[in-house]
Amino acid sequence: MQYLSNILFAILLIVGIGFFAKNVKKLIRNIKLGRDLDVNDHKSERWKNMAMIALGQSKMVRRPIAGILHAIVYVGFIIINIEVLEIVIDGLFGTHRIFSSIGNLYGVLIGAFEILAILVFVSVILFWIRRNIIKLKRFWKSEMTSWPKNDANYILYFEMVLMTLFIVMNATDSHFQDMNSGNLISQFVAPWFNGLSEGTIHFIERGAWWIHIVGIFIFLNYLYFSKHLHILLAFPNTYYGKINPKGQLDNLEAVTKEVKMMMDPNIDPFAAPAAGTEGEVPAKFGASDVQDLNWVQLLNAYTCTECGRCTSECPANQTGKKLSPRKIMMDTRDRLEEVGKNIDANNGEFKEDGKQLLDDYITKEELWACTSCNACVEACPVSIDPLSIILDMRRYLVMEQSAAPVELNNMMTNIENNGAPWPYNQMDRLNWKNE
Amino acid sequence: MSESLKVPTMAEFMAQGKQPEVLFWVGCAGSFDDRAKKITKAFVKLLNKAGVEFAVLGTEESCTGDPAKRAGNEFLFQMQAVTNIEVLNAYEVKKIVTACPHCFNTIKNEYPELGGNYEVMHHTQFLKTLLDDGRLTVEGGKFKGKRITFHDPCYLGRANNVYEAPRELILKLEAELVEMKNCRRNGLCCGAGGAQMFKDAEKGDKEVNVARTEQALDVKPEIIAAGCPFCNTMMTDGVKAKEKESDVEVVDIAELIANAQDL
Repeated sequence: MQYLSNILFAILLIVGIGFFAKNVKKLIRNIKLGRDLDVNDHKSERWKNMAMIALGQSKMVRRPIAGILHAIVYVGFIIINIEVLEIVIDGLFGTHRIFSSIGNLYGVLIGAFEILAILVFVSVILFWIRRNIIKLKRFWKSEMTSWPKNDANYILYFEMVLMTLFIVMNATDSHFQDMNSGNLISQFVAPWFNGLSEGTIHFIERGAWWIHIVGIFIFLNYLYFSKHLHILLAFPNTYYGKINPKGQLDNLEAVTKEVKMMMDPNIDPFAAPAAGTEGEVPAKFGASDVQDLNWVQLLNAYTCTECGRCTSECPANQTGKKLSPRKIMMDTRDRLEEVGKNIDANNGEFKEDGKQLLDDYITKEELWACTSCNACVEACPVSIDPLSIILDMRRYLVMEQSAAPVELNNMMTNIENNGAPWPYNQMDRLNWKNE
Repeated sequence: MSESLKVPTMAEFMAQGKQPEVLFWVGCAGSFDDRAKKITKAFVKLLNKAGVEFAVLGTEESCTGDPAKRAGNEFLFQMQAVTNIEVLNAYEVKKIVTACPHCFNTIKNEYPELGGNYEVMHHTQFLKTLLDDGRLTVEGGKFKGKRITFHDPCYLGRANNVYEAPRELILKLEAELVEMKNCRRNGLCCGAGGAQMFKDAEKGDKEVNVARTEQALDVKPEIIAAGCPFCNTMMTDGVKAKEKESDVEVVDIAELIANAQDL
């Protein structure tokens, strides 16, 4: 019987991590539904980006209030997790505060955790106020209803509860309080429990300890379903983020091949296809669904934490158009999840469901409102590129469906016929000289 | 005044067996748009004044393909790109300057993969080197002390991180440079990019160019300086929409420098 709690803990640990691993596998599988993309270049620059942008939060602090509060929660999250290691060892082996044997340093560590826990608690409250009382505009856009809105608040409640439990756990730990080292905050909370019997206090301590660690496992498994996934994916996402100048949009290779063929006088346009290529489906141009996007774009979608900085900087959104770069990312993730569930339900094969990212999630009106100004890309604190998805979907509309707005078709016809977007003759191109 | 403009073509240089120092890529707006043609001429005057041996492609130039690409027509873009690259490579062009940030971005960033490798400069960068090298001098003259705000073109600024060259030129005029609420990497688009220039905007509660013009007017400038023919059109329309055309002028940086010298 004496090992019951150890066994219980071990089961909890295995289940908690097991479920998480299962979801991570699914996550990777879904991301790999995207087209292949070679991102093996610029390794040192990529590492630098990850260090600066994800680890160093360099783009977060461009908005100082949110940036500093976020940095506190972020540092708190990372450092307080050292404590989780101790909890896991204690839980598995039935020890109590196994690291306390390291002496004074232990007090310093726990003291730091306690201060951070309070700072995190306060920051999270401020975040909650910004969202729910001050109602910052970017948190109340049309895509931020139902789940996205609740998700954001659940995360804040989770953190408030976890931090409270951490302090209560320390405050009611009489052994730890007796050490009187590192109980910087909890010593002021401990007296709240005066008058309770020793047994009750011990019971509260055990309760807080168990709920705290169970809460952490639940939170870990909540990530997959939440915008909070960014705490993990921000790192790969900033690594794989765009390296080229923002204005450089990729040149479609499939098109290059066709254009070269068209321009090459030695190629016979009526030649039979080369042996072995008869059954090949010609490449689809652009994207109408998530599988047409590349895997970095899908990683982008899972990384998005819906902060809305992109949307708040978007000139189209600012002037009342339907386009919201954040919605582009959220739609991509939602559709990808739907495709993933479809695959799960059909023994690993995607069964046509009559839906797609275009129209069912993202409308043409949104796509055509983009000015390609890169404000969203610049604003994203974790290197997400909504513009690349918008462009790929425009490519599908134009090259597969010939569904550009009439005025754009006129513009393109002009370029084709006379080398300018307006109906002027190319032979008149130098007339300005004599005007 | 036009008779004083010297605008040789690449074909003429080639006929003489010579290479110009730089190719001036005029662009469609610079060639055909009445407002933009003035920018083209102002820049040419400066090139002439500085004694730069430049050439244009003239009737051999064609759209870079930028609006087609941003509209989603990659085919048309690459057809234009490959054709232009053939012409440029046949003339063995090494260095290109253009007054259009869209041409600048496309040729600089998107042509190399298709076989076109050139050193590409925006005209504000090029003018700055002319001043730095002492080939061109500028004094404040009539712009001394004037309040000028600079509108960052997306395709020069965020797209290519060029923020300072145009500002340094304004400061050379001894003008008072005032910054809008959104400037440099936070600059607000004029509304023309991504092929929007050629279509009506989607339904909304405001035009983007009006929103940007309001930001400009907020800092009470006498002049809104631009570095892009499309931004120029959008901001000019914005100023008209706000009925401020008698108080505020929209002027390209090349025009500022040229006018300062009464060219």
